[in-house]
Amino acid sequence: MPKGKFMESFDIGVSLAFWLTIVSAFLCVYYGVVNWNKGVEKKVSKNTEIWAKEEDKIDEDL
Amino acid sequence: MGALENIIIIAYLALVGYLGFVGYKQTKNTEDYLIAGRDTHPFIMALSYGATFISTAAIVGFGGVAAWLGNSLLWLTFFNIFIGIFVAFVFLGNPTRKMGYRLNAHTFPEFLGKRYDSKFIQIFGAIIILLFMPLYSTAVLIGGTHFIALYFNTDYHMSLLVFSIIITAYVIAGGLKGVMLTDALQGSVMFIAMIILLFITFSELGGVDNAYISLNNSWQNTVENLQDISLQSLTVGSGDYMMKLSTIWGFKGWTQMPEFLSQGWLFIITTITFGVGIGVLAQPQLVVRFMTVSSKRELNRAVLIGGVFILVTMGVIYIVGALTNAWYYEFNEGKNALQSAGSIGKVIPHFINTAMPKWFSFIFLFALISAAMSTLSSQFHTMGTAVGRDLIEQISKKSMDSMLVTRIGIVIMIILSVSMAYMFDKQPAIIARSTAIFFALCASIFLPSFIGGLFWKRVTRIGAISSMLTGFIVSSFWLLFVHFKEAKALGICKALFGTNSLIGGKIAFVDALVISLPLSSIVLVLISMSSKPMCKNYLDKCFKN
Repeated sequence: MPKGKFMESFDIGVSLAFWLTIVSAFLCVYYGVVNWNKGVEKKVSKNTEIWAKEEDKIDEDL
Repeated sequence: MGALENIIIIAYLALVGYLGFVGYKQTKNTEDYLIAGRDTHPFIMALSYGATFISTAAIVGFGGVAAWLGNSLLWLTFFNIFIGIFVAFVFLGNPTRKMGYRLNAHTFPEFLGKRYDSKFIQIFGAIIILLFMPLYSTAVLIGGTHFIALYFNTDYHMSLLVFSIIITAYVIAGGLKGVMLTDALQGSVMFIAMIILLFITFSELGGVDNAYISLNNSWQNTVENLQDISLQSLTVGSGDYMMKLSTIWGFKGWTQMPEFLSQGWLFIITTITFGVGIGVLAQPQLVVRFMTVSSKRELNRAVLIGGVFILVTMGVIYIVGALTNAWYYEFNEGKNALQSAGSIGKVIPHFINTAMPKWFSFIFLFALISAAMSTLSSQFHTMGTAVGRDLIEQISKKSMDSMLVTRIGIVIMIILSVSMAYMFDKQPAIIARSTAIFFALCASIFLPSFIGGLFWKRVTRIGAISSMLTGFIVSSFWLLFVHFKEAKALGICKALFGTNSLIGGKIAFVDALVISLPLSSIVLVLISMSSKPMCKNYLDKCFKN
């Protein structure tokens, strides 16, 4: 095998960096696909939040 | 310049202008202007994050460094993807987003200030940004302007004026929405250009295996034959000088790692990989992007897009950067890249102009301009918010219109950066090293308090302040008096003590971050543990939904 063949020309340090780069890119893709629809949150506006707190306080006072 | 090129330039500028206008129309309040209304699409958020991170300096500068030092730079690509995208988005993104929302934070200094209930932290964070980011933005501005002036054969100062007016218009009008929308367009241009660059490079070199055979032949015939020549006999800064220097530093080939713990190894691992790869986690202009999305779902989706984007952009430029040596060896009388182009900074532009078809040079120019614009617009926005929101509003006793004050801040910082770029079209050393300086400072100063603030309730205000000051003092000392690149470039050590580095030897190759980040982290823990915990009610406000 000629010395210059792709991958065989990399020493262990560069090979490790190369494969860790590929694996971490796949990890990002895998994580993104698996969790594509996870983590959705009901959007509550700041005003609604303030209003809810005020209502709670009125309830407490009553 | 042909009619088609003119049409493409006009269409590009029109599209940038349109996206800036969309940002302007969608900006109704301060939250929209400062953090894009907290409802950004994951595609736009991920591309904006990536495009902001990758400047012209990253493509041209690091591409040139890859031509010099080879594929060992792939360690940085790994860190960029794993730390800069995966760890940042999966582990830091959502806690930052949630805490930022609970505390109603709109900027990174404000986030830290509110987490620790400290006006000092917010103002100190703003001052750090305002002291050091203008140097970084000036470096990007000078780099981008040079390419425009060179390609269009126009005057540097005129190019600078036109370039900065375009960016100013959409940053001021569209706020962060305008910035992120244009970033996404610019990121897409960069992504496409890099894919084409990779294919053409391998195609010209006869495929992947042949490319690497040529690369190894190039090292054997252009670098190994320097073995018997002394460094002193070579012209300082010449291609041969730089290659000889690399072998003295422990480099053994463009596809090999330098010798373990040699100067070259310390430079690649500590300065380039750790300095940039970890430093990215505490960049104010990037952290604020986590607060621009509405839920964890958007961050999950952005992980996929961001990971692929960084792989293609940074991965390609490091691979192609090293392979330029193979191309020159095959097609330029058996020379390597530095012998052919003259210097590290000239390799990528020279390679694009000589090795690539004319039509691609034009596309690549767009990629470089896009990289500069996306980084600059975010820097201007971050500096503007630091002036307006974090400094003027905090110091002033009166209630102010945040949007107006931020716009004024942006104008001030753009004028400052453009003036510096106007004066220093030949980058002085301090500006050329500003990216590394900014990354090292941000990580050392902000990272422990940022991560500690997200995950550890026991961190106290005094602990955070002590850690930030330690990070600032230690990293400044290291940059000014020890590190072989920055200390030499800044020249203060030489002026005071007559030497470029107070410590010298291999340790001068260790990046400031490697010394200052552990110290600022230890100080954060020790001072926090020995001081009174923060009030439980306040911590509930920070951490409870």
